[in-house]
Amino acid sequence: MGRILAIAIWFITVASLWMFLSHRWWFPEAISEHGPRVDSQFAITILVCGIAFAAAQIGLGWTVWKYRDSADKQRATYSHGNNRLEVVWTIVTAVVFISLAVMGQRVWASLHLHAAPANAYRIEVVAQQFDWNFHYPGKDNLLGRTKPEMIDDATNPVGLDEADPNAKDDAQVKTLVVPANRPVELILESKDVTHSFWVPQLRFKQDLVPGMAIHVHFTANKVGKYELACAELCGMNHFKMKSYMLVLPENEFDELTALPNDKGQFLTRKDQLLAKYPLPTY
Amino acid sequence: MAEASHDVAHRHEPPKSFIRKYIFSLDHKVIGIQYILLALSAVIVGMLMSVLMRMNLSWPGTHWPIMGTLFPTGAPGGVMSAEFYLSLVTMHGTMMVFFVLTTAPQGGFGNYILPIQIGAEDMAFPFLNMMSFWVTFVGFLVLLLAIFAEGNATVGAWFTKLGESAWAGGSGTVGSIGGWTQYAPLSALGKVAGPGQGAGVTLWIISIAIFCVGSLLGALNFITTLLNMRTRGMSLMRMPLTCWAWFTTAVLALLSFPVLLGGGILLLLDRIAGTSFFIPGGEYVSGALIPNHAGGSPLLWQHLFWFFGHPEVYIAILPGMGATSHILSTFARKPIFGYRAMVFAIFAIGMLGFFVWGHHMFMSGMSPYSAVAFSILTLSIGVPSAIKTFNWIGTLWGAKIRFTTPMLFAIGFVSVFVAGGITGLVLGQTSLDFFFHDTYFVTAHFHLVMGVASIFGMFAATYFWFPKMFGRMMHEGMGKLHFWVTFVGVYAIFIPFHAMGMLGMPRRYSNFSEYEFLKNSHGLVLFVTVAAIVTVSIQLLFYFNFFWSMFKGKKATDNPWEATTLEWTIPSPPPHDNFAGVVPTVYHGPYEFSVPGAPRDFIMQTEPEGVEVTAGLGETSGNGGNGHKH
Repeated sequence: MGRILAIAIWFITVASLWMFLSHRWWFPEAISEHGPRVDSQFAITILVCGIAFAAAQIGLGWTVWKYRDSADKQRATYSHGNNRLEVVWTIVTAVVFISLAVMGQRVWASLHLHAAPANAYRIEVVAQQFDWNFHYPGKDNLLGRTKPEMIDDATNPVGLDEADPNAKDDAQVKTLVVPANRPVELILESKDVTHSFWVPQLRFKQDLVPGMAIHVHFTANKVGKYELACAELCGMNHFKMKSYMLVLPENEFDELTALPNDKGQFLTRKDQLLAKYPLPTY
Repeated sequence: MAEASHDVAHRHEPPKSFIRKYIFSLDHKVIGIQYILLALSAVIVGMLMSVLMRMNLSWPGTHWPIMGTLFPTGAPGGVMSAEFYLSLVTMHGTMMVFFVLTTAPQGGFGNYILPIQIGAEDMAFPFLNMMSFWVTFVGFLVLLLAIFAEGNATVGAWFTKLGESAWAGGSGTVGSIGGWTQYAPLSALGKVAGPGQGAGVTLWIISIAIFCVGSLLGALNFITTLLNMRTRGMSLMRMPLTCWAWFTTAVLALLSFPVLLGGGILLLLDRIAGTSFFIPGGEYVSGALIPNHAGGSPLLWQHLFWFFGHPEVYIAILPGMGATSHILSTFARKPIFGYRAMVFAIFAIGMLGFFVWGHHMFMSGMSPYSAVAFSILTLSIGVPSAIKTFNWIGTLWGAKIRFTTPMLFAIGFVSVFVAGGITGLVLGQTSLDFFFHDTYFVTAHFHLVMGVASIFGMFAATYFWFPKMFGRMMHEGMGKLHFWVTFVGVYAIFIPFHAMGMLGMPRRYSNFSEYEFLKNSHGLVLFVTVAAIVTVSIQLLFYFNFFWSMFKGKKATDNPWEATTLEWTIPSPPPHDNFAGVVPTVYHGPYEFSVPGAPRDFIMQTEPEGVEVTAGLGETSGNGGNGHKH
């Protein structure tokens, strides 16, 4: 029984490691400045995990193989442990785990413990059951005031207050369009329940919480069209609360955001661009 | 302690009436079995729900005629709706976390075994013990009622009369759809937030609040019993590791359940009394402004929930760790490696468990600075967890392993605990949660470490203590088959979850076909479903073995495993007063196996000092074997 168990444990270990090592199921390509740093931190972490996992399972398998009961009269080793070993493995794991933990804060700190750079382009994101709204500042680069009382799902989903002069040229769209290689600051809000902004390629996720305006920033650096999903359970149609994030070359983005919006020019152009860029192949 | 006066037996006879003996019993052994039967009932519901979830994910849109008959609204024409799926998610989690993983390990095995292992004739407060079970049972009934209140139109209509917003029923789901974490304000708004948000949520909150009360009563009892009712010679450092685990679990429960209870009451008030603890102002839901609510904080609910929710993970797993340590040592025929280190590790895990709840909230919008602190504390928990793993393998090193079914499950526990626990290193890092938060990587992690490992601990405990509880052995052949299929099965289910997580697959999606980036996942999804159906099916064999062995199993001796602790010194099953009125005296530590020079390869804790343990075998972290003489 001991040998079969050992073989089963080792087989499971090899299969589990293969799943990661084969890279058959892996991250989609990163498209943000911080993305590769997330990926390399993961690579280091999963390497440590893999080594620890394999060592523990191989060791466990070895003991059940080697120390299965046999017919001889010999007794098991009588030992209550070894303090030196306890100290050694406590210190070693503490050093490895805490080092990983400290390293694991770097990308987080670069995005969350610093304010957005001064040249960041600001977009307000307003989530609702089961839809995304993006509020653009227009030519004046100033976001108009919004009020819940002004919300009209069909014509004014973010509740833009037309009385505010800054709101005059603002646009509300259902797709997130951002420039490549320029920092973007999102102001994340929700009208109803908690949602979560999630673009796998961006290596970025952030909840949108009603009653809060959460400021985040990142820099996308690969032009293209990517799926945007909701990652926090928000009700029955959570699974299809979907939009796109369009990363445009800076000239195309500037041209788009410079358009006046009195006749929906922004919207029309945005739709053309959305159709122009294909999704990545998976 | 005065010794002589205790040696005169004063017996306590069991009550004669059926009701006082088996239903409203004060006997910790009967209450323990009641808890185990409750868990065995709840786990069937939870497992069935998981199979339905897998069916929906693998074959979306398929007509399952029986579903259409049972749930005409939730599965019209036999096709499960999105909200029906989400209610399965919610109720599966709630059933499993509360009514399986919190009841069987502590209320079940802890209740039955702890008093005997410390040499007590019952718990400190038998009446309180009875109350804690029956309160928990009422909580279970209320949760079942949530299924019918939403799933059945007639029952739903009764509830709707109680209040349109908070109590509306009959939406076709099998309970609420907000997940077992029940995040506000989705859970606080009532019917306006969508199907399953009426009676389903209100009854869910009431059920969990009742459950909290039951667990609190139990925790008080465990702590008092362990501290005050240990028999002569049973010093703390001579206690079996199981007792340390149940004790730590009780401390965690005592400190964490009140917070959930408080949170649950506030959530209930938001729903039925118009308060705004968790509902902010300016809410615009389903096409209309929400009047009369302002100032609440959705994050407050998350803090309250996870302040409970993270210790809860350890409430589920610590008893399994205790049972595994105990069983590994017994069948390795070796003392546990590093007893003292194991005790400290249990306590360290329990303590640190109170300082890491924020790692569930990295993406929630709380301060990114506190996320850093939570993250580093979280990875620190890996240290005592690793110590335990090293000590388990150390226990097996140089052993003479007897591969009984309980031993197989205990070894399986170590394997699964490592596999599930290790990915905590990934998920505990803020930077990596940008990707992994709320993906299947998380689902993989917590199912393996909190669900499967805990359940393996309980399977090991069941096969191990069944002979003591029922006087008969469970069938070894059936037990081994159960182990093999389950062991391979759980890996086949949960390892591919990591791969889904690597693709970025979000949890709690009823359907993956909306997204191009998930289109390569179908093979994985199908594979997991097949593995889940096989693994769930083999559990029927466990049920059969359990009930069949109760009546037809081989008769058990007092000490069929040649184990050392006090429960094996008394008949199987034990008499009503456990030690027949005689107060046992303890002379040895709990794991004196293969002592050189001893006549047998184990020394019972109660064997008098004549059989002296050879001490001074180099450096040891000690197990108190000789340190505490009376």
